[in-house]
Amino acid sequence: MTELPAATSRLEPSTGRPVEGLAPAGPIRASAYVCEAVSCLSMASHDILTGLVEVAGTTMTDVAVKRVGCLGLCAAGPLVRIPETGELFSHVRPDALQPIVEALGAVTPAAVRVPESVFFDRQVRIATEHSGRIDPESVEDYVEADGYAALRRVLTTMTPAEVRDEITKSGLRGRGGAGYPTGLKWNTVAKATGSGKYVICNADEGDPGAFMDRTILESDPHQVLEGMAIAAYAVGASYGYVYCRGEYPLVVSRTRKAIRDATQADCLGTTIMDTEFTFEVDVRLGAGAYVCGEETALIASIEGGRGTPTARPPYPAVSGLWGQPTLINNVETFANVPPIIRKGGDWFASIGTAKSKGTKVFALAGRVANTGLVEVPMGTTLREIVFDIGGGIVDGHVFKAVQTGGPAGGCIPAEFLDMGVDYESLMEAGSFMGSGGMIVMDETSCMVNVARFFMDFMREESCGKCVPCRVGTTQLWMMLDAIASGQAQVGDIERMERLATMVQRTSLCGLGQGAPNPVFSTLRYFRDEYLAHIVDRVCPAGVCTMEATVLA
Amino acid sequence: MPVAQARPPAPNDDKRWRIVETRMRRLGNRPDALIEALHAAQEAFGSIDEDALRYIGDSLSVPPSTVFGVATFYHYFTLEPRGEHTCVVCTGTACYINGALEVLASIRTALDVIPDETTADGKLSLLIGRCFGSCSLAPAAIVDGDVQARVDAGDLVRQLQAL
Repeated sequence: MTELPAATSRLEPSTGRPVEGLAPAGPIRASAYVCEAVSCLSMASHDILTGLVEVAGTTMTDVAVKRVGCLGLCAAGPLVRIPETGELFSHVRPDALQPIVEALGAVTPAAVRVPESVFFDRQVRIATEHSGRIDPESVEDYVEADGYAALRRVLTTMTPAEVRDEITKSGLRGRGGAGYPTGLKWNTVAKATGSGKYVICNADEGDPGAFMDRTILESDPHQVLEGMAIAAYAVGASYGYVYCRGEYPLVVSRTRKAIRDATQADCLGTTIMDTEFTFEVDVRLGAGAYVCGEETALIASIEGGRGTPTARPPYPAVSGLWGQPTLINNVETFANVPPIIRKGGDWFASIGTAKSKGTKVFALAGRVANTGLVEVPMGTTLREIVFDIGGGIVDGHVFKAVQTGGPAGGCIPAEFLDMGVDYESLMEAGSFMGSGGMIVMDETSCMVNVARFFMDFMREESCGKCVPCRVGTTQLWMMLDAIASGQAQVGDIERMERLATMVQRTSLCGLGQGAPNPVFSTLRYFRDEYLAHIVDRVCPAGVCTMEATVLA
Repeated sequence: MPVAQARPPAPNDDKRWRIVETRMRRLGNRPDALIEALHAAQEAFGSIDEDALRYIGDSLSVPPSTVFGVATFYHYFTLEPRGEHTCVVCTGTACYINGALEVLASIRTALDVIPDETTADGKLSLLIGRCFGSCSLAPAAIVDGDVQARVDAGDLVRQLQAL
């Protein structure tokens, strides 16, 4: 990898850009792929693209410059890759493009490929197979990469039941967190009756520390739309929504453009590919409410109301949007569907562990060297993810825990580093898969403080509908705050555990039921830290000031 | 027989109301267009005032109580006008363990402003973000729409003071 000095940051809007790339008229000898996902964009990667187009366009006739989606290694951005040789340029500055131009000039058909670094080498890409390889704003690019081939095959050669069987055979489980078998969900919606069915893509990625869905939609929106269209055919729906976070403007604009382009290319809309099948998609914006990731709250939000959940059953699969059968899957789940149809359910089921098939995309962040997006087979150990792919802990610090599952997940300590990651193993370790955020912590993180942080998040995001969650999260936060500020008494841990159990058992939806998880998991593995705060009035990590919080 | 109701007029002749009106019309002026309409109003005006709430409610046949309930339920909507500039400091998990609180404390000390408030001179609104998915750039902040990566508290304060 070529190291260049750090860049200053600047965010370019994705629309209305004059320069989108460079494609020579004749054969392409060499190409430069410039990452234009949000992380690199905010480090002025669009200026790099413009600069390369300018230089390459005037001095070389057989070089292409292309905007691509996320290359994964966000920590080293902005990134430029030369696919012909596999060379990757990191920390590129718009005013220092000469090394890239020279490398482009040196590419020959016989060029030796640079061996992939361990960060890329250990990954298996299915949901992110096109990420960093195609232009996310070009439907032609997607089609060239086998895009919409799965939809064509489904519409012309398979019955809806055969599609559902293939998904069931693949063993795919919901990637939004709970891991519900996707084939089972599709069958339930297919069997349900109603005047019209809906397919919803849940892109309301609210977990702090998670950016998988954002990156997938920014890098390859068509794959998600194709997955939705296949799902719609399989369950008998003709209308769909992408429910997207309002905080992700680039995702919204790229998804909207993808819907327009796909409709023009006859891959969405009415009588798709000259068949009877019709599927129209629209984008709906979330507005910053974590609870809207919950299915029934999400539906309430699409209907224009406050995002408060309702009791289940009835499940959305039977009575969802406007009271009709509704299929809700996560972005990554839909992104896995076209590859499964193209390569077969058996192929997908051959990857992963006994009960968790395929791969999982993780957003690696926190105190780890290679922060970014990684996709690994289920069953890959935490050690491989954090130390091999992630490059270990920054600044010579020591690994303490990895937090998975978002604010309703848990902290997994070092003794589990050799555990293979799948739905079951994470559950046994007291956490859960969640949408795939993985935040690495070192000895400078105080686990009491971390638990307080998550409870603060939950108490703010509680919708207020049911009492256990509304009152319980606030009370739990006050208890954690007392511990973190040296005001707690012996016996407070036990009181807190009783209350946490009550909140977990009696809350209406997943938000309240999951809110106590960080408390449980930190107490399970780091009880001595709690005791140090209470008995000795010291914070072992030196984070908590041990002074009473002054409410502003 | 249902009587076709006349669309209510915009509160004033500001051209930006057309953005809101168009978005509502595209969704058939149905009640479920409420959140999209609030998004449009906030995009157009920066915040959503009482006139906007009433206009949207009347246009979509949604009672004022529901409009107010929805507008205040979602964190993204703001009913108070913002300062001339905005600085959003991310306090998501990755930013939190990488020092987001120190960044907030420095801004508070230097500019005398706390989250969700605007400086006395109306120049800067300080906001807290719930993770904008730039975790690999932690700690991150957004100043007037520009994402600032790996923020240094001192540098950010100097940048904000220079606004």
